[in-house]
Amino acid sequence: MVSPSPPALSPPTTPAPAPRRRHSLRRQRRRLGLLYAAPMAVLVAVLFVIPLGLMVWMSVNHWPLLGASAPNGVANYQALRDPLFLRAVWFTLRYTAVTTVVLGLVAFGLALLVQRNRPGVGIFRTIFFLPSAVGLAATSLLFYGLFNTEDSPLNQVVRAFGLGQVDWLGSTDSALGSTTGMITWRFAGFYMLILMTGLHSIDPVLHEAARVDGASRWQILWRVTLPLLRPTLALAAVLSLTGSLLAFDQFFILTGGRHDTATVVIDIYREAFLSQDLGRAAAVSVATLAVLIVLNVAQLRLLRREGR
Amino acid sequence: MSRVRTTGLHVTSAALAVLFLLPLLWTLYSSLTGRQAAADGRGWGVANYQRLAEYGSGLGSYLVNTAVVALVAVTVTVVTTTLGGYAVARLPFPGRNLLFLVTLAILMVPYTTILVPLYILLGWLGLQNSLVGLGLVLAVLQLPFGLFMMRNSFAALPVELEEAALVDGCTVGGALRRVLLRGVLPGIVTVALFSFLAAWNEFVAPLIFLTDGAKFTLPLALFNLQSGSLGSVDFGALQAGVVASALPCVAVFLVLQRYYVRGFSSGALKG
Repeated sequence: MVSPSPPALSPPTTPAPAPRRRHSLRRQRRRLGLLYAAPMAVLVAVLFVIPLGLMVWMSVNHWPLLGASAPNGVANYQALRDPLFLRAVWFTLRYTAVTTVVLGLVAFGLALLVQRNRPGVGIFRTIFFLPSAVGLAATSLLFYGLFNTEDSPLNQVVRAFGLGQVDWLGSTDSALGSTTGMITWRFAGFYMLILMTGLHSIDPVLHEAARVDGASRWQILWRVTLPLLRPTLALAAVLSLTGSLLAFDQFFILTGGRHDTATVVIDIYREAFLSQDLGRAAAVSVATLAVLIVLNVAQLRLLRREGR
Repeated sequence: MSRVRTTGLHVTSAALAVLFLLPLLWTLYSSLTGRQAAADGRGWGVANYQRLAEYGSGLGSYLVNTAVVALVAVTVTVVTTTLGGYAVARLPFPGRNLLFLVTLAILMVPYTTILVPLYILLGWLGLQNSLVGLGLVLAVLQLPFGLFMMRNSFAALPVELEEAALVDGCTVGGALRRVLLRGVLPGIVTVALFSFLAAWNEFVAPLIFLTDGAKFTLPLALFNLQSGSLGSVDFGALQAGVVASALPCVAVFLVLQRYYVRGFSSGALKG
């Protein structure tokens, strides 16, 4: 993610020939700037700004999937009181909390393990990162097989321990646990890389000084490394929170939202394409977006303060 | 560091590495040796891949669809962010800061929440159920990272390089084409890599935008293979499909690894 303040743009750089030519040159560069920026501006306007406005407009209209739409005030926002939606919110929050903690701990452990440049460490970094190159949908299908075929290594290990047949996705809690395991496998390397970048930006002199002062490894970790790592940790937390709050692929593929494992985005999808009510789907989207923006702004503000 | 500790680190790393590789290797292995892999029951065989090749509209057409979407997304991302990044870094034009901020705001707005209005909008533009429309949407999602990366890449080039080209009689466009592009090539590769991985693997956007089974991308076709036949999932073909979907990404990643790491360390992902 990127700092939200307008970054200092480098001053325009114009070669400086004779005064009159300079004037026309500057105008020429302005025109070129507009020309070069135009394709991106058009894309952003048509496929980002307009849909945002349309979303708000749709949320105050009765807007069936097929057929004519008509304004209906805030009736769509009744969707926020739907018990199905509230259950989806609760499940999403639980999933977000569990995933963020588990994923964070595993990724931090991996980052500590591979942070130092030792011979052969590059191979381990690559291996830990490799699952992140596989798509989330493909990962979910892979684990669907891992959970559901009898001779998969997972089920063989479970049998070897005499636990018999385990239904990995059979209840809310087991689906939550299994999915968290899968997501940790898929994303640990990604967050490892982020945390490692943070660890590398800490001046080694500080660690050296703490060691000379007689601090133990544990003390160095708690008193030196973690406090200095706070901006990176905050960034990782923002990414993980946003990603989990918007979880869709994993549950849509693994459980199809059964056993109360529907997330907020699955709820939006159901409102839109199963109930065929785009207005209600837009209302839930607006509410979700508002919550996430507040969350992101708060986190980024925190991040910037720590960064100074 | 003591030798015991070093050995401990190596053993831990190795054990974890096995754990991380196992799911991938198991899928590859069982797609070739599973119950239905060989025509005569046990042993090695490609029967799973043959069934996958004949599933639905055929693996070939799903691969082509996915490649078209990825190609559109990568091309549009690279061209717009290279031009836009250059303009934002070097050419002063009215609305420059506004464009930069609005583009970065795409990061703040999780895209799954705007898929429903996008679905309507693409319908108005005649791009519903269109691979090009899907590719354009996926390109927009890559713009914040791409613009940031390319702006930084151009800003890092010495101004003298461009001045020299201008003095030698190049136009601004000529200097960009002949001199500067070579300097920002690593940035372009990074942007293209991120864009490719995201587009190739995208699931929810094609799920919503594509309605015609013949236009499905690979992840969507595999999801159909898994969910379409309740009770009797063809796990062999599914595993073959996972391999077909993951292999290009793993290969591209292994070849271009250092560009990926560059994307992190260039500050684009730092606070």
